[in-house]
This record gives sequence, structure tokens and C-alpha cells, in this order.
Amino acid sequence: MENTLEKNHKASAAVRKIITYTGLAVWALMVLFPFYWMILTSVKSYGEYNSEYVPKFYAASPTMQNYLDAFSTVPLGRYLLNTLVFTVITTAIMLVVVTLAAYGFARLSFPGKDLVFTCFLALMMIPNELVVITNFVTITNFHLRNSFTGLILPSVTSVFYIYLLKESFSQVPDALYYAAKVDGTSDLRYLWKVMIPICRPTLITVGILKVIECWNSYIWPRLITDEQAYFLVSNGIQEIRENGFGRENIPAMMAAVVVISVPLLVLFLCFREKIMAGVSRGGTKG
Amino acid sequence: MEKDQYKGWLYLLPAALFLAVFLVYPLVDVFVYSTEEGYNFASQTSFGTGLYNFSYVLHDPYFLQAVKNTFIMVVITVPLSTGIALLISVGLCSIEPLRKLFQTVYFLPYVTNTLAVGLVFMVLFKKTAYSDGLVNLLINAFGGESVDFIDGPHAAKMFVMCLYIIWVVMPFKILLLTSAISSVNPNYYNAARVDGTSPFRIFYKITLPMISPTLFYLIITGFIGAFKEYSNAVALFGTDLNAAGMNTIVGYVYDMLYGDSGGYPSYASAAAIILFTIVLTITYLNLTISKKHTYY
Repeated sequence: MENTLEKNHKASAAVRKIITYTGLAVWALMVLFPFYWMILTSVKSYGEYNSEYVPKFYAASPTMQNYLDAFSTVPLGRYLLNTLVFTVITTAIMLVVVTLAAYGFARLSFPGKDLVFTCFLALMMIPNELVVITNFVTITNFHLRNSFTGLILPSVTSVFYIYLLKESFSQVPDALYYAAKVDGTSDLRYLWKVMIPICRPTLITVGILKVIECWNSYIWPRLITDEQAYFLVSNGIQEIRENGFGRENIPAMMAAVVVISVPLLVLFLCFREKIMAGVSRGGTKG
Repeated sequence: MEKDQYKGWLYLLPAALFLAVFLVYPLVDVFVYSTEEGYNFASQTSFGTGLYNFSYVLHDPYFLQAVKNTFIMVVITVPLSTGIALLISVGLCSIEPLRKLFQTVYFLPYVTNTLAVGLVFMVLFKKTAYSDGLVNLLINAFGGESVDFIDGPHAAKMFVMCLYIIWVVMPFKILLLTSAISSVNPNYYNAARVDGTSPFRIFYKITLPMISPTLFYLIITGFIGAFKEYSNAVALFGTDLNAAGMNTIVGYVYDMLYGDSGGYPSYASAAAIILFTIVLTITYLNLTISKKHTYY
């Protein structure tokens, strides 16, 4: 009696395990398949791809031609470079602005600080879609369309990151600050020599989240640029889709998609833990 | 001391300046725009102040189509993605081997450029002169008829759209739910096991109540995100969403602002304000419901 009960229990546990793993594997397949398909298609030649009514799951004669086409027929290199410049400058300026503000809120005391901080937090609730209309008009009126300045300016502050950093800064013990003050260290020097090194993990998280956001940004760049010379990858790929390689050269298009996707995937695989922890603390997109 | 007081403000100055110009001023301005009737960006003229813009937008068939599309997307993707994410997270937390690997794989869509990967979905579903596309061949294999998912009937397009949205939003939900589930105090489970409670009952009586705050957070942000759906639609159907009949409310706002049909910031503002009235209402309802049902 006891024995059969235990056996039953073991059997049902095993069945549950099998169902669980199958379910998980199905979703993993759903996630991975588009990646597999884009890489596969990108190494098929134009002729091979279009001659397959039933697409094959392997490439008979893999070719790198599509990648050469992607860089030579359309200015993919230009798009990548633009995105890189945009991402680096935006992230760098944002980190400076956000760090200074967070430090001001966390360490320094001045009249009206709490009130201002509350106002800052209230700003978090303003949705981007509401303000983008006027920002578009502002940037247009300043004649900053089709320029990096116009692309970068509206996205160099984030109330949420100020909040995240402020929380991190506040955890540094006050005693360190007073000790530094006694030694005659200036506030700025204290920020640079003590606060930033201690809070580096949070800073890196914020930086990485911003990089992902910049690399994938589409709406603002689309509004603000209509010259190809200033396109970012998202707009570039849209341009490629609409009038890129002519005659629906899907393999070359997929090569472009692979090239655009790789940088972030590499970044993710390098900083997997950091990114996942960061997103669960401060991510959106859901 | 006097000098120090100024210094604190100095640190805030850059952030405050940017926020004032690109967040606070535009927020006020959008309401001003929305009441300037028929404001034309090119000629910088309007013909009065009032609520005409709202009435124009509410009578525009493109806007009504966009509202309908957006609501369909919200109603389908939010429950489905949250439900599937919950199932997957429970599964993930019940296994030990391969767990890290699965977690890494599931997170990949988060770090992809959705505009780019959307093209892969398009290729998989599109019917072309050369091939019906992989998905259609699968349908044929099961004896079904080929459907053009990208340029065909509205329901087919909506299907791909929702599938892609779910694919994109899953990583965030799985990540948050798995960390919520794995932070439930194991003592509860051990106690239940001693009592011989069935796994389903454990899930329903322990796991679900314990993770309900995270779940409601995801539902609320999910609703907000789905109402603001736009770039995923562009990824699948191109920039002319009105022609494809797949425009969303946010898409309508941007089309009014810019592009071939653009140049009308006042209509765009009115549409944006209508959108946020809807979002605020839904969020308020969500919060009211979640207060009643959250365990904490």
C-alpha cells in the first residue's frame, strides 16, 4: 500500500517534469526560431532563396555575399555609425546629468530640496507620447532637424534614473562625507573619488539600460530625421524594407537585420546578469 | 553657508533645465495646441479656440479604426501574454537543470531591435510570388488554405500583430514573475507539503496570492504598454499603417504630426489627450480592482 502510493507519486512527478520541460522547450523554440531563420536566410544566395518554394532549413551553399550587399548597396555602415555615435553621446551626457542631480538630492542639503524631489518624481508620470508633439515643434523651430543635437537633446535626462541613482547614493554612510569634509575635500571631488566608485554597479546598470534604449529607439529619430545621412538603424531598416535592395531581396535584408541585432546580443551575453538584474529593477517595455 | 546653498541647486540645474524644456513645457503646450482649432504647422495659423480638434479626431474614420485596432490588441495581448508568462515562470521555478539556459533564451527578445526582428516575422508570414512563406506551408501541410498574413484580411494581420507583440513583451514579464515566484518563502511550501496539499492547490493558495503584487504591476504596465503600441505595427506592416488598416492610436498621433498626412500638431495633440484619458481611466480601474484582490 505504502509502496504503490509512493510509486504513483513518483510517476506523476515524472510526468509533470516531462510536461514542464516540453512546455519550456516549445517557448524557447518560439523565441529562437526567428533568430535561426534570419541567420539562415542571410546566408542563402538570392537565387537559392527565391528558387525554394518550400524553404529549406539549411543553406546548401552558404554565402557571405548578402552581408557585402548590405554594406555596399545601402548605407548600413552609415546607419550603424550614426547609431553608435548617438548611443555613446546620449548615454554619456545622460550619465553626467543624472549623476549630478542624484548627488544633489542624496548628499547635499539646501532649502526646498524635498519639494523639488517630489516635483521630479511627479514628472515620471508624464508619458512620452504627450510631450513628443511639442518637442518635435521645438526642435523644428530651432532648425535642429537632421542633426545629432536634435536627436540627442530630448533624451539626455531621465527622472527614473535620477531616482535609482539617488537611492544608491543615499546608502553610502554619511560618516564618509563628514570625514571627507574635515579633510577639506570639495563636494565634486567627493562625488568623483568616493560616491562614483562605490555606486559603480548602479551606474553601469543605468548606462546599459540607456544603451539598449538608444540602440532600439525609433519614434523620435523617425520624426526628427528624414535625410538618410542621419538615420539610425531602426529607421535604416525601415528604409531598407521600403526601398532598399529593390525587387525584394529578402536574404540581403535579413543580413542587415542580423548586423543590426548582433551588437546588442553580444552586449547581453557579456553582461547577462547585470542586464537582467537592471531590467527587473528599472525596465519597462511590457 | 550661503555659497553652499547655491551649490546644491547647481547640481540640479542641468537636469532641471532639460526637464523644463522637454517635459514640463511640452506638457502644458500640448493642451494649448489641442484647443487651437485647425492649427496648420506650415502656415502657423489657426482659426479659433475651442474643442473642434477633439470633435474632428473623434469623427475621423482613421482614428476610429486606430482605436478599434488598439483595443483589440490590448484585449488579446495583455491577458494572453500575462497568462503564458505565468505558466512559463511557474515551470521555470520548478526545475533545476537548464533553468539558467532557458532564462537566458527567454530574455533575448528584450535586447533585440524590434523593428529589425519584425521583418523576420514578416518574412515568415508573408505570401510572395516565389513562396507562400513558411507559416502558410505549415497550414497547407495540415490541409488549410494559404492566407496572406501581411497584406490580406484584417483578422489575419491582427493575428500576426498580436503574436509579435506577445513575443516582444514576454521577456519582461517572465523575468519579473520568476523573481517574484522564487522569492516566496519556502517555509510555506514545506508546510503545505507536510499537509499533503496538491500542487495545483499550492499554486492557487500560496504562490498566486504571494506574487499578486507583481502580477498586478505587470497587468497595469501591460495595459499601458499595449495602449501605446506602435513601432511593432510599423515593423510588420510598414510606415503607412492607415493604408494597411492596422494603425494604432499612437500611430495616428504621429501620422498627424509628421509624414505625408502630417503637419497638424493640434489634431495630434487632441488624439494624444484622448489616448491618455483612456489610459488613465483603465489604469484607475486596474488599481481599484487590484486593491481588492492583492494579498498584501
